[in-house]
Amino acid sequence: MVRNDPSEKGATGFLPSGGARVASMRWAGRYLPVIGMPLLLAVALLFTTWIHPSFGAFDIQSLALGALPLAFAAAAQTCVVISGGIDLSVGSLIAVANVLAASTMQHADFRQALLLAAGILIAGAISGAINGAIVVLSRIPDVVVTLTTGFIWGGVALLIMEKPGGGAPQQFLDLAAGTTLAPWLPNAVILLIAAVAVVWIPLKLGRAGLLVYAVGSDRVAAFRSGVGVETTRILAYTLSGLFSAMGGLALTMTTAIGAPLAGVYYTLSGLAALVIGGVSLTGGRGGISGPVLAAFVLTLIPTDLIFLNIDPNYGQVIQGTLIVLVVMLGGFVTVLRNRK
Amino acid sequence: MTEAATLLEIKNVAKRFGSVKALRSAELRVRAGEIHALMGANGAGKSTLVKIITGVFPCDAGSIVLAGVARNFRSPAEARRAGIVSVYQDPALVPDLTLSQNMRLARVPLESVTGYLAEMGIGKVDLSAYVRDLPQPILRLIDLARALASEPKVLLLDEITAALPSDMAGKVFEMMRRWRERGHAVIFISHRMAEVSAICDRTTVLRDGATVGVTETASGSQEQIVSLMLGTDIAKAAQSVAQPGVGQSIPKDEPPTLEVRGMGLRNLLHDLSFSLRPGEVLGVAALEGQGQDELFDCLAGVRRFDSGTILVEGKEVHFRHPGDAIKAGLVFVPANRLQALLQQRAIRENVALPMFRSPRSWGPLSMARERERVQSAVTRLQIDTRAEAELRRLSGGNQQKVVLARWISHGFKTLLCFDPTRGIDVGTKRQIYSLIRELAAAGSSILLFTSELPEIRLACDRAIVMFAGRIVNEMPAREADEATLLLSAHGLVPRVAAEA
Repeated sequence: MVRNDPSEKGATGFLPSGGARVASMRWAGRYLPVIGMPLLLAVALLFTTWIHPSFGAFDIQSLALGALPLAFAAAAQTCVVISGGIDLSVGSLIAVANVLAASTMQHADFRQALLLAAGILIAGAISGAINGAIVVLSRIPDVVVTLTTGFIWGGVALLIMEKPGGGAPQQFLDLAAGTTLAPWLPNAVILLIAAVAVVWIPLKLGRAGLLVYAVGSDRVAAFRSGVGVETTRILAYTLSGLFSAMGGLALTMTTAIGAPLAGVYYTLSGLAALVIGGVSLTGGRGGISGPVLAAFVLTLIPTDLIFLNIDPNYGQVIQGTLIVLVVMLGGFVTVLRNRK
Repeated sequence: MTEAATLLEIKNVAKRFGSVKALRSAELRVRAGEIHALMGANGAGKSTLVKIITGVFPCDAGSIVLAGVARNFRSPAEARRAGIVSVYQDPALVPDLTLSQNMRLARVPLESVTGYLAEMGIGKVDLSAYVRDLPQPILRLIDLARALASEPKVLLLDEITAALPSDMAGKVFEMMRRWRERGHAVIFISHRMAEVSAICDRTTVLRDGATVGVTETASGSQEQIVSLMLGTDIAKAAQSVAQPGVGQSIPKDEPPTLEVRGMGLRNLLHDLSFSLRPGEVLGVAALEGQGQDELFDCLAGVRRFDSGTILVEGKEVHFRHPGDAIKAGLVFVPANRLQALLQQRAIRENVALPMFRSPRSWGPLSMARERERVQSAVTRLQIDTRAEAELRRLSGGNQQKVVLARWISHGFKTLLCFDPTRGIDVGTKRQIYSLIRELAAAGSSILLFTSELPEIRLACDRAIVMFAGRIVNEMPAREADEATLLLSAHGLVPRVAAEA
């Protein structure tokens, strides 16, 4: 959906003025997304140790395991949203990767499991690319396309595995479930950092990342600057597919089984993590570390509620409140910045 | 003119969008080492031609020959590689990236961009600043520097000076001259006749999608350009919408229904003052983007302005919401019907909508009263009611009549019509103008902007001309022939103080 020329002339903007308040607001506007999430996670962890002093290595481990698939789902969504789109098939794709891994790896050895994992990652990337190609070529709105492909993948997951089952070799599970280096540093965290870094850092340093941000920020300006808007959008969906497949593998590692309906939860929760992590739903703004960290915060909420003896179902209420607050804070900073 | 000197040749280019022919047969020959102006009234096809040359979209017919080779660019990137680069009215810079990232995006060397920026005297720009934080005029110069850095053989500047302060415009002209000295070509599109005659070597004039002439830009060529833009076949079409009662002189002793004093908005509107008397139709003539959109938005309460006051029947009013303007009797008829009407709802609901503005009227409705008022308005305007149930099935002209019917049944003091006949057939056009005259005769005031200059004389009593956010001329309608309006609209008359 290439927009026509924006007939509305852009705001003339403000000339940078010397006021200290304005300067601090600009500083906040630029760095809040960078420092805000680590800060929020630190506060959440401190709060947890305060209400539950025995919070230790084991709890960190289970937090990391719970957050891992969600972090990948958030990363998948982030790639697409930054490029100005949305992908509602993330959860279903996670489910497909999950059941595919659990059913094929059940009797495999570790080496075979790794090969199968590589195959699943490639399949995920391809299905993401298909999503992107349909969106770009058919010009059907991305919400519609990805919602329907999401339905299709959901059905495929049920065809592969009707009810929860399957498994994977222990060594493969330990890639996420173990603690190899230190009891305080779960493998899940190392795996997450490594996987995200391997995809994201080359993207961010290279030209491709620039294209993704440019297309999400202003498609017309990017097109006029000579950017291949269509290929860039397909690239974003491909990355989303790749991260979704990682999410599915992570789900297999952390639960040791395949469950055809487990993935669905991650579509909306991934979006929630993305919004809390400071990615603009209108595209062009935000990074990947925010949503990934937000996944940990979101996973921590129900845990804390259990420690506090509150019905964990309040988790959803708190999660929603947190999203509203974060979005309001972002809007508030923008308004202050634009005041003369 | 020898063929060898021609760098870019556009032959017989045509382009249609749906049923609209934007270009019929555009011709353009640009030599190396010249600054070539491209002029034409609103909708003549200038922007379409620029977009075809730069590969934004393909042409339906005709050819583009660059340095003797026929080319057909499929994207701006391809045109850029061939040496054709355009700078648009709205800078093509991505807001959420920094300046240096934007330069990388377009694959231009950063050093040469900073070099050109220094030549323009803004070398101190922070390249790590985000584009969204920079003021618009600076962005235009940066966009120009970026275009120059890819060393184009043909540089297109589309309305680049439109909202530039004059010192920055001077810098742009300086760069254009340097580019000419290097033996490259510059195509300059501007509504400002003074600029064109000051720096351009030749001018190609487009009218209704076709090239109607090429002139050497020398002194005295301005009248020639204007007459080319005017054409000859306008008078005939114009007569068909002429209305009785036009050009009446309004007694000055009656207090104005609407008065605007010193309205200012950023750098878009400057010290606008005018007044509108009961029973008067005041025409506003302007080329695209001279501040008329903002003026109407401010009057309709859609947008707030920075300075000045609006007085309705002598009392100062403040609008925080379009509802306030409607309450004060100022109602808006936009050019785009989609902005005023609910496309999926029935005619009746659309007409009755403003009656349910305030929460007080949320109680039970007096259906009988509503039906009566709507019915009388529909009958009066001869709205085709065969497709009564869904508004979007009505033609554009009938939709516009529904907008008018709404305000007539609701009641108003001043009708703000912004290009109400855009894209409407001649018959309906005549109906709408005769309705406007009728309303004026009944004592309402009407402020009417129209992009078709001949219509000013046919529907208005008095006309004001806007240029670069100012009122530059005011005249009774009988003197508002198209040539006078067009000259004023290009900023070619001494500024008239328009204090009421």
